[in-house]
Amino acid sequence: MSEQKTAKAAKPEKTPKLTKDRKIKWTRDDTELTILALPTTVWYILFCYLPMFGIIIAFKDYSLTAGKGFLGSLMDSPWVGLKNFKYFFGLRDFPMVLRNTILYNLVFIVLDIALPVGLAMIINNLHSKKASKFYQTLMFMPHFMSWVVVSYFVYAFLVTDKGLLNAIIRACGGKNIGWYTTGKYWPAILIFMHVWKTLGYSMVVYLASITGIDTSMYEAAVLDGANKTQQAFYITLPSLKPIIIMMFILSVGHIFSSDFGLFYQVSQGANQPLTPYVATLDVKTYLMLTSPSVTLGQTSAASMFQAVVGCITILLANGIVRKVDKSSALI
Amino acid sequence: MSKKNKKVTEDSLTKLNAIKPATNAIFNVIFALLAIICFTPIIFIFIISITDNNVIKQQGYQFFVTAKTFSGAAYSYLWSQRATILQALWVSIYVTVLGTVIGVVLTALMGYVLSRKEHKLNNFLTILIFIPMVFGGGMAATYVVNTQILHMYDTMWILILPLAVSSFNVTIARTFFRTTIPDSIIESARIDGASQWTIFFKIVVPVSKPVLATIGLFLAFGYWNDWFQAKLYISSDNLRSLQSMLNQMQASMDYLTKNPTALLGDSAALRNAMPAESARMAIAFIVAVPIACIYPFFQKYFISGLTVGAVKG
Repeated sequence: MSEQKTAKAAKPEKTPKLTKDRKIKWTRDDTELTILALPTTVWYILFCYLPMFGIIIAFKDYSLTAGKGFLGSLMDSPWVGLKNFKYFFGLRDFPMVLRNTILYNLVFIVLDIALPVGLAMIINNLHSKKASKFYQTLMFMPHFMSWVVVSYFVYAFLVTDKGLLNAIIRACGGKNIGWYTTGKYWPAILIFMHVWKTLGYSMVVYLASITGIDTSMYEAAVLDGANKTQQAFYITLPSLKPIIIMMFILSVGHIFSSDFGLFYQVSQGANQPLTPYVATLDVKTYLMLTSPSVTLGQTSAASMFQAVVGCITILLANGIVRKVDKSSALI
Repeated sequence: MSKKNKKVTEDSLTKLNAIKPATNAIFNVIFALLAIICFTPIIFIFIISITDNNVIKQQGYQFFVTAKTFSGAAYSYLWSQRATILQALWVSIYVTVLGTVIGVVLTALMGYVLSRKEHKLNNFLTILIFIPMVFGGGMAATYVVNTQILHMYDTMWILILPLAVSSFNVTIARTFFRTTIPDSIIESARIDGASQWTIFFKIVVPVSKPVLATIGLFLAFGYWNDWFQAKLYISSDNLRSLQSMLNQMQASMDYLTKNPTALLGDSAALRNAMPAESARMAIAFIVAVPIACIYPFFQKYFISGLTVGAVKG
């Protein structure tokens, strides 16, 4: 808004014709800007839009014919309608992976807001700023570790015969637990690892918003006799509302997607008997993609299902937020 | 006098509003525990990596190492395999540097063009970068495009190009250019006859170093930590980055003994000589440690990048 105003003000009033021409006519400027945007536009077409077009193979019985290339093979392969989707929805695993994906995400949405916001409000009140910085830095570390490295960390704690956790259990008089062969522990392990990896980062992000809140509000509150809890509920939380809503929309929009590294890598390949507890849509798609008995069309149907429902949820979540509070909506 | 009074009031206000010392102590303990939980694993795998393999075989992983159980065998083994590891390190560095440069250039160009509202294609380009934020082709269609149309299977480019641009980074750049570079500067440069190319490189880039550094860091950490691209698309060992090598090792625990370049003689003898447990943890450690050492210096850019990105426009 303000930029438009300044742009208008910059143009002299006495040449309205020029301004009008500018709006309609394609200028040298437009050409130059288009050229500047060209490389990135090409990137978007190749790496984002071609795959969207590639979804078409979900409706075909596609296989690559040697020497014909992608387009030739695509033309040759017959349309099969919704057959690939029927295959995917008919899989015995389908309800399970769908349930896992949604349930894990619901837990993550709650924890990813409650824990970091709570901790950010607490760490902001520590007396020593130095200690606060120190904790933040250490808690930020997991964010920079890849899931491959993290899976080695987890392995060192969980592996049955040598792991630290079993050593502790033995020292307490218990028996070895086969963590990598017992599925029921994995929801807890994966939720813990997710929180472990994201907590520090999210906390620091919320903390950045908290430190941006006008301190005079707190001063006024203290003079009015508000205690710490009241300040948290009547000043801090309302001030954080926009960023919390934004994070909420983003995570609701991603309710059908999952962090492949967490679910596949940390569980050492999501093999049986862990599969019913750790397999999500992304893990399933990967397993279908790498399995020789599943066709590319069938895998594409799985991908497309995920992409379409994901798109619908993000637009829906945004629409609801827009209804409730227009300024908080993302789009 | 009044100034002093005001300061005293403010101080006492802050003091009045501070949490009680006992509460402060409890909170400190909580955060100390959280910090330990977050940082312990990396220390733990380091200790495993310097523990003698026979001790590990008998007693499992130990959290403490004594002079008796200490062994540098893992690291001397890795040193003997330095050809493989240095090759992986080289791939990691090459991909990270080249990818970051390409990514920053592509992101900055698009961010700048999007920040010019008078551009006739502004709406079109905004939609172009917006759609991929909510919709994508998915893993399978992407795989088909990358391997069958772009023919990038088992090439260096598959590790670099697909990760170069993200709409999130473009939005950060656009928001920065819009809010920090006054239109009047660009307008006057145009009146002086400068082309957009000149404006971008002579005016925009020099004043935008902070945001370009932030985006560069996002990209660099992303490239350094990437293993998924290699998992799907790489089959040659000489294209494996450190992360990918680590991942590969997880898949086949005796990767190094299988590796042709690691064969010095009889492979069975080598397998026995290899300090398996500690060597694996040693590799995990040397992959994790560079990042663990440098991230504290870049932490603030990550936060500023996210807060800039949160500003919608």
